Amino acid sequence: MSEPTTAPTPENNEHMLPEATTLAVLLILFFAIGILALASIMMGRPEAEGAAADAAVAHGPAEFESILGEDFTLGLDTASKERGHFAVPPPPFSKGIYPCSECHGDLEPDDTRRKLEDEHQEIKLEHGGEERWCLDCHDFKNRDKLRLANGTLIPFEESYRLCGQCHGDKYRDWRAGVHGKRTGYWNGAKRYLLCAHCHSPHSPKFKPLHPLPPPIKPQYIRK
Amino acid sequence: MSMTPDLPCSGSCAGGGVAPPPPGADADLPAGVSRREFVEASAKMLAAVALVSGCDTNVEEFLQKNFRELTPEELRQVVARLEKKYSEAAGKPVTVTTTPPLPNTLFGYGLDLSRCVGCRRCAYACARENNTSRSPQIQWIRVLELDKEKGVDLTHANAYYNPETVPQEDKFYMPVACHQCAKPPCVKVCPVKATWQEPDGIVVIDYNWCIGCRCCMAACPYGARRFNWGEPDLPAAEVNPHTHYLGNRPRMKGVVEKCTFCIQRVREGRYPACVEICPVGARKFGNLLDPESEIRVIMRQKRVFVLKEEIGTEPKFFYFYAT
Repeated sequence: MSEPTTAPTPENNEHMLPEATTLAVLLILFFAIGILALASIMMGRPEAEGAAADAAVAHGPAEFESILGEDFTLGLDTASKERGHFAVPPPPFSKGIYPCSECHGDLEPDDTRRKLEDEHQEIKLEHGGEERWCLDCHDFKNRDKLRLANGTLIPFEESYRLCGQCHGDKYRDWRAGVHGKRTGYWNGAKRYLLCAHCHSPHSPKFKPLHPLPPPIKPQYIRK
Repeated sequence: MSMTPDLPCSGSCAGGGVAPPPPGADADLPAGVSRREFVEASAKMLAAVALVSGCDTNVEEFLQKNFRELTPEELRQVVARLEKKYSEAAGKPVTVTTTPPLPNTLFGYGLDLSRCVGCRRCAYACARENNTSRSPQIQWIRVLELDKEKGVDLTHANAYYNPETVPQEDKFYMPVACHQCAKPPCVKVCPVKATWQEPDGIVVIDYNWCIGCRCCMAACPYGARRFNWGEPDLPAAEVNPHTHYLGNRPRMKGVVEKCTFCIQRVREGRYPACVEICPVGARKFGNLLDPESEIRVIMRQKRVFVLKEEIGTEPKFFYFYAT
């Protein structure tokens, strides 16, 4: 209120004009630099752009065979829903490989330690150290059976007994339902898996998986 | 304002010479009209208006009581209405069950942090089982990537990791969903009692009663609740037709939802979907009241912890290390 409002004099006008121009020039410069910077970021880092685009895509379960393939929406294929009933699927043999005696029956067994060159070359033993080899688990005479350390022959359906000789803690946990995957009824019949269903006996370490896509980031959630 | 002519005038009628209102009546209502009468009259009026305009389903939905106050007969009607609605939308028969809690059951969940590889199969299997919106995307399970060096320190958690393969050498993975707390803060803050804890320990939501205020989301220390910001988009072909009223039935815009341990499955004895999909068997589930159950064996024999134990929510979701 106290400040007197003066009408713009010619001098004042002259004074304002360069100020406005400077402001405009500064603004234009600012935007130009901004656009240039943005463009350089976008062009210089295509992978970053791709990642941003991927984060903006909402993926659904229907896109993935690993989700649709597992039929957990259907009932358990066991004869009973009762507690104490355990269904175990058959051992995961490679196609056409069992019974082993079909080939081995006519072969003269050879128990010398050697590198296999005519058959089973695809088996790369990555289980334990150098000292491990075929006949530690497979029986020398009856190839359709597995052999425990004490000489007992067991069918492939009971392979967990063989694994449990060394991996006693895992065997104990597996029997209690703590180790390994369980499906079915939490208060009734369950489906157990053999060790070999998840761990290849010749190379038991889990193979890395490709993760399903990350959830959409909040800033991209639009309808 | 079209309602007012049929109702006794309000406010200005309470002039001089009128007897004081009876107990229970509002001061700004005319004498002899209690709040109850007023509300009833309004509701009837609204119902009549809606009936004339031909949307009686919406009226039934609008006048529906809280799930826990429904009589068996009313519940039957509600379920029939919902089944009809969902079936029409999905183009296939959709069932809405109201399976009650099993006796002597308190559900507990175990997750083996030494096994989880962070593949996110659980998050997508959950979406498929529980009819969550595909767009805007809603997932009940968040898998966090953490540095082995820093341990369980959520300040550096990353939910958006996307390497070519998992697990990464220097990382471990921690899936988080609803912890079904024994002392759930979300239930405590809900202003309308639309969410509560069932006798089997599952914290559930009556989507028809939820007002979408999201107080529960602010209260949840685990970030487990999700809000339907938009009209949920769920392709008809992908609808899981086996639903529970308090669980995976299709939701509407403006309501909160979350993990229910797959209530539609576990109350029928089945394992939750995430347990069945997990490729490494890291997820365990069972009855905490049964000493022989898998979860009790874990609690006896393994190193177990709960997330944010110090805040006293008493989760029934236990992380453990089997090795």
